[in-house]
Amino acid sequence: MTNQTVTDISAQDSDALVGPPLWLLAELTYDCPLHCPYCSNPTDLSDTKNELTTEQWFKVFSEARDMGAVQLGFSGGEPLLRKDLEELVKHARGLGFYTNLITSGIGLTEKRITKLKEAGLDHIQISFQGADPELNDAIAGRGNAYQQKFNMAKSVKAQGYPMVLNFVLSKQNLEQIEDIMRLSCELEADYVELATAQYYGWAYQNRDHLLPSREQLVEAEAIVNKFRDEQDGKGPHFIFVTPDYFETRPKACMNGWGTTFLTITPDGSALPCHSAKMLPLTFPNVKDKSINDIWQQDFSFEYFRGDDWMPQPCKGCDEKEKDFGGCRCQAFMMTGDMHKTDPVCSKSEDHHLIQQAIDSANNPSKPIVPRVNQKAMKHAKDTELNITRIKI
Amino acid sequence: MNTPIVTPEMTPSLNAMFRFQWEKAQNCFVLLFPEGMVKLNGGAGEIMQLIDGQTNIQQITAALHAKFPDAGDLSDDVNEFVTTAIEKKWLNHD
Repeated sequence: MTNQTVTDISAQDSDALVGPPLWLLAELTYDCPLHCPYCSNPTDLSDTKNELTTEQWFKVFSEARDMGAVQLGFSGGEPLLRKDLEELVKHARGLGFYTNLITSGIGLTEKRITKLKEAGLDHIQISFQGADPELNDAIAGRGNAYQQKFNMAKSVKAQGYPMVLNFVLSKQNLEQIEDIMRLSCELEADYVELATAQYYGWAYQNRDHLLPSREQLVEAEAIVNKFRDEQDGKGPHFIFVTPDYFETRPKACMNGWGTTFLTITPDGSALPCHSAKMLPLTFPNVKDKSINDIWQQDFSFEYFRGDDWMPQPCKGCDEKEKDFGGCRCQAFMMTGDMHKTDPVCSKSEDHHLIQQAIDSANNPSKPIVPRVNQKAMKHAKDTELNITRIKI
Repeated sequence: MNTPIVTPEMTPSLNAMFRFQWEKAQNCFVLLFPEGMVKLNGGAGEIMQLIDGQTNIQQITAALHAKFPDAGDLSDDVNEFVTTAIEKKWLNHD
């Protein structure tokens, strides 16, 4: 009677028909109070004025839920900047979604945590940039960010939520790994993602300043393992994610293109992953098409499904079912051809580009660029204009 | 970790980290947790429906027996599932 009880969310049966988008990521806005240089949002945030309305989001949630979507992430940018967040949570929870808030913690108050709980929010994930105010706030580009995050994490647990903490690791903060783990224990996190930065968007531009050396990573991993051993089954569950640049096989990106994940950007673009907008494909918009049509029929979602699209060495590789040729965005960014084998793979003819990136990170030649959002960009332009005027 | 010994008097309850619900698209009961899902088979779903933090193992087994009179003695199945579920932290117990 109780034989096979567990099925992993990533291991759904692949029938002829495409399975449902189990994971829906709703990027509510690209606006963000922080300026983290590791941000994976697109570097061109200029056309973000047409944010979806409350009603348009309701429609997205209903259509995705009807297809069998079950996990819903409210993300951004900073989702707390949407004044209708509580309404959106309430609607989604009413449809039966498990609702996840993925936040920087900036803009959160005890009162809002309570209101979100009343709306039915299931879980809050808070990101930290470091284990102390100095480093955290320097990376985040905002004073008092650490203290705010700390206080809100305390409150999230006090109000009975499951809490995940997310630390994006880079060579800027990797030395703090042990303090980060201690902080996670102090805050009583349930899960902790110790995730080395993935190099997309702003992070790709800043890669030389973020990508740690192999030695740094080996050392960090040893510290993580020692800490885990001493936990004795107590405290947070730590998940350590190493950067794929140090692997010889690519990651099974998004569990396969168009199989599990669906991202909706602030303006309603539907993407098979949150970085896909960079690819030379035309992606559909939820303002024009239903989620069902997008998922089941759209050219862009069909494009990298299965293995018909694969060139060599992927096509003849006996591991293609495992990693699906890796990440399309990474292939495109590094080789200029989105069809090519992910350069992380040692079988790729472009694998040397990875080694070049690792070498280049030892000696950054460009300055680090903090993420700026639309409003901040406007200010930056104003400043430039002023300078020009003065010159005239 | 010590394997819990399931007794007839034990009253299991769902760990607040998880949400239990019927998932139509999966045609099964599931446990939902931050960014994840566990699909339960038919038997596990039947047992989970009876776990409310008030009902003990003996009562759960009796209720199942009443619902499935032809299934024989179900106590081993209940004990096995509850043991697994406690180990996986899906369930707490008194």
